[in-house]
Amino acid sequence: MQTLPIVTSRLVGSLVNLNHPGRYVHWGFIQLSVANLIVIGAMVVVFAAAILIPFRRHGGSDR
Amino acid sequence: MSIDTRTPVESPDEDAADRPEDAAQWSARLRHSAVDALPPERLMPDRQPSYVASWIYVFGVLTLSALVVVIVTGIALSVMGPQWWHVSTTGLFVNSLHLWSVEVFFFTMIIHLWGKFFMAAWRGKRRATWITGVVSFVVSVGAAFTGYLSQQNFDAQWISTQAKDGINSTGAGAIFNVTNFGQMLMWHIVLLPLVVVALVGLHVLLVRLRGVVPPFAPPGQTGVDVVRESAAPESAPPTVTNGERP
Amino acid sequence: MTPATPTPLGHRARRFKPDRDVAEWHGAYRPYDLVKEFLIALVVVVIVVTGLAVIFSSPDDKPVTVKSWSAASPVDFAQTAATELDGSSGTATYGPPYNSTAGASQSIVGVSPESFFGVHHPIDTANDYVLAPLRTLPDRPDVQAAVDRYTTAPASQQAAWTAAYEKAVAKADASHGALVVPPGAYGPVGTIIGSLTSMARSGALDGALLSSRQFYGTDYTKPLLFIADGTYLADKAQAQHLSGDQWGMMNETGSFPGQAWLWLYTLWYQVAPINTSANADFQVWALMMVLTLVLALLPFIPGLRSIPRWTRVYRLIWRQHYRDLAAGSAS
Repeated sequence: MQTLPIVTSRLVGSLVNLNHPGRYVHWGFIQLSVANLIVIGAMVVVFAAAILIPFRRHGGSDR
Repeated sequence: MSIDTRTPVESPDEDAADRPEDAAQWSARLRHSAVDALPPERLMPDRQPSYVASWIYVFGVLTLSALVVVIVTGIALSVMGPQWWHVSTTGLFVNSLHLWSVEVFFFTMIIHLWGKFFMAAWRGKRRATWITGVVSFVVSVGAAFTGYLSQQNFDAQWISTQAKDGINSTGAGAIFNVTNFGQMLMWHIVLLPLVVVALVGLHVLLVRLRGVVPPFAPPGQTGVDVVRESAAPESAPPTVTNGERP
Repeated sequence: MTPATPTPLGHRARRFKPDRDVAEWHGAYRPYDLVKEFLIALVVVVIVVTGLAVIFSSPDDKPVTVKSWSAASPVDFAQTAATELDGSSGTATYGPPYNSTAGASQSIVGVSPESFFGVHHPIDTANDYVLAPLRTLPDRPDVQAAVDRYTTAPASQQAAWTAAYEKAVAKADASHGALVVPPGAYGPVGTIIGSLTSMARSGALDGALLSSRQFYGTDYTKPLLFIADGTYLADKAQAQHLSGDQWGMMNETGSFPGQAWLWLYTLWYQVAPINTSANADFQVWALMMVLTLVLALLPFIPGLRSIPRWTRVYRLIWRQHYRDLAAGSAS
């Protein structure tokens, strides 16, 4: 248990520091932060993948 | 409720099936309605229709899992109080878990919404399922909002002083005061989680009750779904069989 | 399962509408382990969330205090304090629920719920933000005298003093700590605002505003509204792209993703004629309530509920099922 605070405090140092001014994308009247754009883009990609990737039943993962 | 003291119950597992005179009891009637609507094999089935075969179907359970993580990390934050994450690195880590589980929650929920929309999942008396889903989404946005207000940092200051204008314009600001940290924290950790969990519970029960919506008629069979085993005459209108279970 | 029986289109039978109705499934079922699926999903989510938390952590920008505001922008603080005193600040002229300024409430076609619900969080800016806190200062007879002189003067004299002060303080100098305001005919207001600024810079004003009613304060309405009346908070927000006209509602401090799901709510603040309307907030709320209702009641709305069938995305989702049907292998 002694090592837990040390481990967690190292974890919390965070590998990618996002505490700096963000970058923004301007497209007409739309202004999006790069972070939000990545999230929204990822959602579209994941949705497309979900409906396109075959869902194997037999022999595939039991889901 | 009358207690028949002349004929004692033989065993605790006797019920209204053995003693028909007890069938009118509210308890017996409630139990019967619940078990009729959702017998164990429907409440927790071990099979699904063969058309449930797409990765889009896992986004409901992913959203549910994300909600579990949101609640568990929220409970962890509440153990040490609202100031903990500002002064402790462990607290900051738990706060990070809570924040990212919220992002994952909305990520998976909205993909689930898109999937259900394109499947027109409200068909066949499943409108209540759709409506409870939408209401859960809206209440979740509110729950996240009160969470952002409870951060006790610059972001919370800005959000509260801006959001007050929108809320005040509706008159709700008279009661729902976004600059009142104590009130917003209690909405966030007590009131709204209870509502979200109740709505999500109802939503899942409705899915179990009605089943996963069947597909549209195959391309080429425009409009009318033909019920397979009945060779219905051409002149008969198609039978509407919404919500029935085999 | 009742077979189709010929019935005229009477009150028992309904026309089949493919966007509302569906023929229930009587075909094959396959084993599907829901509990296992849930547990796998939970593990996946825990791994993803933990990974994100370890890699990115979370933001925690320190809050602005009256102390930090008055230290960083003493001129802005003094100007704001002067407008609280003369009743021209944003909070003083807000209307319900803080005070009853005529014509300040937002409305649509004359309907104003804001006015209807009235004043529930009363704030008297001159007293709450300036005069009452100064009254708590011990051992400052000069400050008490200035406050007395101000409060006993007629309203027209008070207005003349504050107007003159606001003109002068715009050219004030705070480069050496204390606020130095050019001379002018502003009577006791110079002492009032000057001592309030010192009180703010000491941190005493933060405490006075929070605990004005009780020791255990959890309601930050008063200090927050005061801070928001100045430009310091808004300038910090603008720098972080959090302003309303920057789609700020969706954003987070730093480079973190924010509340992307608020995109539609914030979009309306960017478009005419809402973006220049005095009733913008109420208009956007009303619009969003209508759109939310449309989304919830989609199953009842012809046309909109047909979009899934028209766009045919379902053909991708159920393509295995349609293949099975075509091959005749599904029952």
